Amino acid sequence: MKDKKDASSKTKFDLKKITQLKGYSSFTSALMAIFLGLVFGFLVMLFANPGSAVAGFRYVVIGGLRRIGDVFYFATPILMTGLAVGFAFKMGLFNIGASGQYTMGVFFALYVSFMWDLPPGIHWVVAILAGMVGGMIWGFIPGFFKAFLNVNEVITSIMFNYIGMYLVDMLIQGNAMMYVSSTTRTRYVPMGAQIPSLGISGSNVNMGIIIGIVIAVILYIVLQKTTFGYELKATGFNKFASEYAGMQGKKNIILAMVISGGLAGLGGAFLILAPSGIAGSSMTYEPINIIAANGFNGIAVSLLGNSHPLGIIFSAVFISHIQRGGTLASLVGYKPEIIDVVIAVIIYFSAFAMIMKSSVSEFIKKKLGKKQIQVPKEAE
Amino acid sequence: MENYIVEMLNITKEFPGIIANDDITLKLKKGEIHALLGENGAGKSTLMSVLFGLYQAEKGNIKMNGKEVKINNPNDANAMGIGMVHQHFKLVEVFTVLENIILGVEPNKMGFLQESEAKEKVIDLSERYGLKVNPDALIEDISVGMQQRVEILKMLYRDNEILIFDEPTAVLTPQEIIELLKIMKDLANEGKSILFITHKLNEIMEVSDRCTVLRKGKYIGTVDVKDTTKEELSRMMVGRDITFSVEKEATSPKDVVLSIKDMTVASKIHKNNAVKGVSFDVRAGEIVCLAGIDGNGQTEFVHALTGLEKMVKGSISLCGKDISKASIRQRSVSGMSHIPEDRHKHGLVLDYTLEENLVLQRYWQPKFQNKGFIKFDEVRNYADELIERFDIRSGQGPITLARSMSGGNQQKAIIAREIDKDHELLVAVQPTRGLDVGAIEYIHKQLVERRDAGKAVLLISLELDEVMNVSDRILVIYEGEIVGELDPKNTNVQELGLYMSGAKRTTSKEIKNEG
Repeated sequence: MKDKKDASSKTKFDLKKITQLKGYSSFTSALMAIFLGLVFGFLVMLFANPGSAVAGFRYVVIGGLRRIGDVFYFATPILMTGLAVGFAFKMGLFNIGASGQYTMGVFFALYVSFMWDLPPGIHWVVAILAGMVGGMIWGFIPGFFKAFLNVNEVITSIMFNYIGMYLVDMLIQGNAMMYVSSTTRTRYVPMGAQIPSLGISGSNVNMGIIIGIVIAVILYIVLQKTTFGYELKATGFNKFASEYAGMQGKKNIILAMVISGGLAGLGGAFLILAPSGIAGSSMTYEPINIIAANGFNGIAVSLLGNSHPLGIIFSAVFISHIQRGGTLASLVGYKPEIIDVVIAVIIYFSAFAMIMKSSVSEFIKKKLGKKQIQVPKEAE
Repeated sequence: MENYIVEMLNITKEFPGIIANDDITLKLKKGEIHALLGENGAGKSTLMSVLFGLYQAEKGNIKMNGKEVKINNPNDANAMGIGMVHQHFKLVEVFTVLENIILGVEPNKMGFLQESEAKEKVIDLSERYGLKVNPDALIEDISVGMQQRVEILKMLYRDNEILIFDEPTAVLTPQEIIELLKIMKDLANEGKSILFITHKLNEIMEVSDRCTVLRKGKYIGTVDVKDTTKEELSRMMVGRDITFSVEKEATSPKDVVLSIKDMTVASKIHKNNAVKGVSFDVRAGEIVCLAGIDGNGQTEFVHALTGLEKMVKGSISLCGKDISKASIRQRSVSGMSHIPEDRHKHGLVLDYTLEENLVLQRYWQPKFQNKGFIKFDEVRNYADELIERFDIRSGQGPITLARSMSGGNQQKAIIAREIDKDHELLVAVQPTRGLDVGAIEYIHKQLVERRDAGKAVLLISLELDEVMNVSDRILVIYEGEIVGELDPKNTNVQELGLYMSGAKRTTSKEIKNEG
C-alpha cells in the first residue's frame, strides 16, 4: 500500500506530498542522523589529532570500501541482532537482551561444532540451528516472565545478559575440547562446522551474510503479509484493541521474544562459525567476562533502520562500514578508542532519529507552507 | 458596528484528500454563548484547533478585538486568553486534580512550588462557579464528569476570557449535563465568551445566544437561536429533514440468546465489587437497554460479558452454550459482536488503515487468509463493500489511517465491522457517544434493523432519550445492581431518572416475579 502511494506521488513529483509520507520522514531522519554523526565525528578527530584529521576522516568514510569483504562479515552479527531488536520492537517489546541471546548462540554453535560428530555437509547447518535454539531459549525466558507475570522485559533481559555471559564463559573455560587455557581462547572451529566462505580473499566473509539478508526479507514478508505480522503490529500499536479483537497477547509476546532471541542467537552462530582468511583457522571466542557489544550495537542498527527489516540491512552494513574504515584510521596515528567514540557519536545521533523525524519534515513543510500563506497577505 | 472579541475570517484549512474548512467565517461577541453546530467531520474541531493554534490555516485570518493576530501554538492562544476543553481530555492521569490545573503555570518562589496558594485559588474558583472537585484526588480515580470540571477549572485558573467547549456533553450523564449548562450560563453572565461545539440541538436551544452551522467543511449560516427552531437547525446541519423519534414496530421476543446468572465482577478502583450478582436474559428479537449513570458498574459488566475481564462468580450462556470461561475469540465466534465504549482504546488500531481495521475481528477467517498469508485483495474488496454500504467517509478510502478519520466515521467503521460479522447478540456500549443527529439516527436504525433480523441486542446507554426511544425493555443498573425493570411504553423520563439515581428501586425478588 505504501509503495503504491510512493509511486503515485513520484509520478506527479509533488514535493509537498512526498514530505507527508511516512517513509520519507524516516529516510530523511536516518540520513540526517548519519550526517550529523559524521560532522561530530569529524570534530572529535580534529580535537584528538588536528594534523591528520582530514586523512583519518577519509579512512573512516571511504576506507571500508577497500575491505568490502570484512564490512559484510562484521555486518552479519549486527544485522541479526538489529533484526532481533527491531522485530520485538514492532510488538512494542524492547529486547535489550540481544547480547545474552547472542552469547548463548555463540555457545550453542560452538558446542555442536566441537562435541557433535556430524558429516561435513550438514555439520555447519546443525551448528547454526543450534545457535538459533540457544538464542530462542534465552529469548523465551524474558518473554514468559513478561506474558505471565508481567515482569518488564527490559529488566529480565538485562539480567539475562549477565547470566548468559557468565554461564557461557564458565562452561567454555571448563571444557577442554573447546578451550585452550594457554591462549585463553577457544580452539579453531572444525572445518566441517565452518560456514562456507564466499571466497573474497583476505576476509572472513561467508554464507552468513546471505542467509542474514534472506532472513531479513522473510521477516519483512512475515510482518507485512501474514496474519501473525498483522497481530504483532496490532499488539504493538494498541494492545487493548488487539485484546478486544481476541488476539492471544500472551502467546504472541512469547513468540515474538522467542523469534527475536533466535535471530540474535543466529548472529552469534554466524560470527563464531566463520572461516578465517588463513586456511584452516577460524574465529575464536575469548571468555573474558565482557558483555557482547554486538548485542547493544543491534539496538543502534535497529534504531537507524527504523525497526524496518529492509532498513536494518542497510543500517547494519553502514555501521559495519564505518567501523572497518575506523580501524584504518589507526594508519594515520589514531587510537582505536577514538574511532569507537566517533561510531558512538553516530549511534548516539541515530537515537535522535525519532525527534528529527518530526522536526526535519516539519521544517520543510513550514518552508513550503509559508510561501503559500504569504501570498494573500501581500495581496492585502 | 458591533464589538466582536474574536473574528475568524475566511478560514481555509486542508488535509491530504480533504478540505476540512472551506472559507469559514465565525464571529464571537463578548459575553455570549455561541454554538458551533455541524455533523461529525463537518470541520468544527478543525476550526477550533485553528483558533487554538494547533493547526495553521492556509487562508484567512483571525482578529481579536478588531486587531489581526497570529496564533502559532496553544501557548499563544493561552496568552491571548483563549482556553479549550478538548473532546478527549488532556490530563495527566497520575497527577492530582490540583497538579493538573496548575500544570504549566505553577506558582513558585525561587523554584519551590507554592501549592497551598494554588489550592486556595482553585477551591475559591470551584466554589464560585459551582465546579465541585477534590483537589487532591488523582485524575485516574475520578469520574469523567469531574475530569471535565478539572478542564474547565484549568481555563478559569489561567484567567481565560474565551472558552472553547469541544462537545462537552458527549461524555456526561443527564444530571451532569444540566449542571454543566448552568455553569456555562454563569460563566457567560460573568462576561466570559463561550464557543460551544455540539450537535445536540436541545442544548443549543437551551443555552446559546447565536449559532453558526457548518456542513461538510462549508459555512452554512449564523442564526439567532431565539428566532429559530430545532427542525430548522437540523435541516441546516444535515441538509435534509431528520426524524427525532425512532421508528419501530412492536416485537415479539423469541428464544433466550444471552442468559446471565449472578454475575459478580471485582472493581479495579475500589475494594468492593463493581458488579454485584446481576442476572437477566436477552431474547432474540428484542433490544434490552442497560441504563444507568456512568460509573455504576456498566464498564466492568461489559468487560466481564465480552471476556476482557474475569468474573468473581456467576455464569454467562450464549445460545445455550456456557461461555463463562471462554476466551474473547471464542465468545466472538459463538456469536457475540461488541461495539466497545472507548473506540480509541479498544475499538480501533488507530495506526492501522481503515481496511486493516475493518477486518480486525475476521482477519483469521479463511476468507481473508490462506495458510497464514493475508489475502489483501479480499481485504480491499471487503473494505470497499463495507465503505459503500455503511457510507464510511474518509480522505483516502480504504488506505486512510484510522487516526485521521472523524469520530463519527470511526464509529461507523466499528459498527460496520461488528454488524457484518456473524452474530446472534450485539452488545452496543454507548454507540452514539459523541455523534451528531444524522449519525445517531443512522445507528439507531441499524440497532432496530438487527432486532428485526432476529438478533438479540443489548444496549448500554447513558442517554435518557436513547434509552426511551430505542429499547424494548429497560434494566436500570445502580451501584452494580439491577434495581428495576421498566417497559419504555409505561414509564417516563422522570421515573427512569429516579431509578438511575438510586432514589427508587424494585427488589430483585419483585423483578423475578414480574419476569
